[in-house]
Amino acid sequence: MFEEIKTSNDGELVINVGPQHPATHGVLHLLITLNGETITKLEPNLGYIHRSIEKMCESLSYRQFIYSTSRMDYLSSHMNNHACAMIVEKGLQVEIPERAEVIRVLISELTRLASHQLWWGAMAMDLGALSPFFYSFREREVITDIMEETCGARLTMNYIVPGGLMADIHPNFVKRVKDFIIQFNSKIDEYDQLVTGNIIFQNRMKNVGYLSPEDAISYGTTGPVARGSGVSCDIRKLYPYSAYNKVKFEEILETGGDSFARYLVRIKEMKQSISIIEQLIDNIPEGDFQAKTKAVLKLPKGEFYQRVETARGELGVYLVSEGGTTPYRIKFRSPGFSNLSALNHMVKGHKIGDLVAIMGTLDLVIPDIDR
Amino acid sequence: MFSFQNMTQEIHSWLSSLMSETFVMLVEMTIVGILAIALFAFLGLVLVYMERKVAAVIQLRKGPNRVGPFGIFQTSADTLKLVLKEGFMPDNVDKFLYKLAPFVVMITAMLILAPIPFAKGVQIWDINIGVFYLTAISSISVIGILMAGWASNNKYSLLGAMRSGAQIVSYELSAGMAVLSIVVLTGSLNLGDIIASQEDGWWIFKGHIPAWIAFIIYIIAVTAETNRAPFDMAEAESELTGGFHTEYAGMRFALFFLAEYINIFIVCAIGAILFFGGWMPFHIGSWTAFNHVMDFIPSFMWFFGKTFFLIFLIMWFRWTFPRLRVDQLLNLEWKYLLPISIFNLLLMTLVAIKGWHF
Repeated sequence: MFEEIKTSNDGELVINVGPQHPATHGVLHLLITLNGETITKLEPNLGYIHRSIEKMCESLSYRQFIYSTSRMDYLSSHMNNHACAMIVEKGLQVEIPERAEVIRVLISELTRLASHQLWWGAMAMDLGALSPFFYSFREREVITDIMEETCGARLTMNYIVPGGLMADIHPNFVKRVKDFIIQFNSKIDEYDQLVTGNIIFQNRMKNVGYLSPEDAISYGTTGPVARGSGVSCDIRKLYPYSAYNKVKFEEILETGGDSFARYLVRIKEMKQSISIIEQLIDNIPEGDFQAKTKAVLKLPKGEFYQRVETARGELGVYLVSEGGTTPYRIKFRSPGFSNLSALNHMVKGHKIGDLVAIMGTLDLVIPDIDR
Repeated sequence: MFSFQNMTQEIHSWLSSLMSETFVMLVEMTIVGILAIALFAFLGLVLVYMERKVAAVIQLRKGPNRVGPFGIFQTSADTLKLVLKEGFMPDNVDKFLYKLAPFVVMITAMLILAPIPFAKGVQIWDINIGVFYLTAISSISVIGILMAGWASNNKYSLLGAMRSGAQIVSYELSAGMAVLSIVVLTGSLNLGDIIASQEDGWWIFKGHIPAWIAFIIYIIAVTAETNRAPFDMAEAESELTGGFHTEYAGMRFALFFLAEYINIFIVCAIGAILFFGGWMPFHIGSWTAFNHVMDFIPSFMWFFGKTFFLIFLIMWFRWTFPRLRVDQLLNLEWKYLLPISIFNLLLMTLVAIKGWHF
């Protein structure tokens, strides 16, 4: 744990940011030491929303434990489910129908879009511009509506089951996604006009929160945070899973390493996600949406590991099976936790205002960090 | 033409026929005081409602639309709620300063209303140093904010108050310079004279480029002075939760809130008076017929129209721009705005001496 809090004699001020604070987007508690307005030290204090999901999973069957993972990183709940389903399928060695794989990727990319849009609005809100939040929710609302129609839920979808999907896509799905692509493509420039090109915004983001590629690797950051520092780490590209080897897309790399680079990575990733959706939406193969699996699943004795690229970075699932109907041990390597660990390094010497901006570019989801 | 002067003279002569001069003065001062407080409260309600509607339009929302037609009673209902709320005070605050601070801020805002001419002949106090009075009184409000930040015994409040202190003190300089450049043109500190000098055209049109520069600097500086986004360092809700008013609740908070909106109204009114001729209708030099037609629009409509246009401008800033960082804010003032405004003042002096303005 951290050292005893004391007000030192050299004029340093210790401030609690959170757990109830508008900038932390959840119950994150940061203990910052200030010299004037300059941050000299930052210590994250976790555990306010710990639900021991890993322990709970040990008493749930292989069909059940997937649902609790929706509650980890609730903005990429579909990707979390995807990782867990894949690890079970890996253990059972089931072949997934082509149709299910394509739909999984489609929904994954829609989820990533929704997540990045929420981030974009919240990030601008952290910087004091309140309007972009409403603009991003205008498009995000359409995605959640599509999800609701097909998956039955708007946030924690639970659409994936081991062996395929819970249900087939709604008949409207293809048409609505196509409409959404048209709408989104006409609105994405508005995002740039409103925020990206703004001189105040650029001054707040450029040369702030620098993370060198070496530090990005040594802190274990993944996802847009590492890619903003020029570290290639896109699991979709490096270790293609599901239908990702069938689509053409670029891994976005920015070499800036500052907040603005991380911002640009996410903005460009949105365009890549749209491109992936465009490639797949007309080519959903016919067939079953589910492979035949037994009612009670039993994984063979052994250890399994599976990783996916969520909206925040690499999610790894490590599962130990003793051959029973429940996992013996499960460990999630969540992207948010590693990304948060780099925060202290990034904010040192910056102002409080920058702390909020840097935290915004990390795109933290607290239940993902705490689990 | 319709004039408020006739009305006030009627009332004055009627009262004089009833009682002695001393009582007439007392009664008149009471009436004016009540009217000023009523205007103060009414402006607060209207501006909060307007801010919410402007924000709603910019943010693709509808805004308040439940209480009354188009939600016009929403702010009254909110005020009622705030009045009924418990006057909660945290432990370990400096009780005297904590209670005093909202009143300092509010009374300052009310005092500035005095020399502002709302319409032709409607002015509470016609003093010959009007502009000087405005700049002097408006700097008092920072003391109230510093008091609130210090007395709250909260680190966020203290940081917010210190930011606010640095910010208001710096931006007053360039706002003052911008105001001075119009004073240089007019040659008078009296607000009535400044308005009268714009009878053949507003200064923004008559004063060439220096007047435009002065106006732009003025708008930027007063946005900062009233602690509005993108310069809302003192509150900065995503950084300091609420800044100097974090620990205030109920009516005490409402007084801060009200004072903020009244301050916006005042700075916009001053901007309208200096650059857009206050209640002076839109006149063009020697076009007598055109000017005569313009005179038919009542003077208070001209004044409030211009003021609310400027208020809308400031609200538009708030809902569009992200916030600056505190060091960038001070850089902007000391490295850019202040040198430009000093140079602009010199240029304006040259224009005034050479008579290059219209």
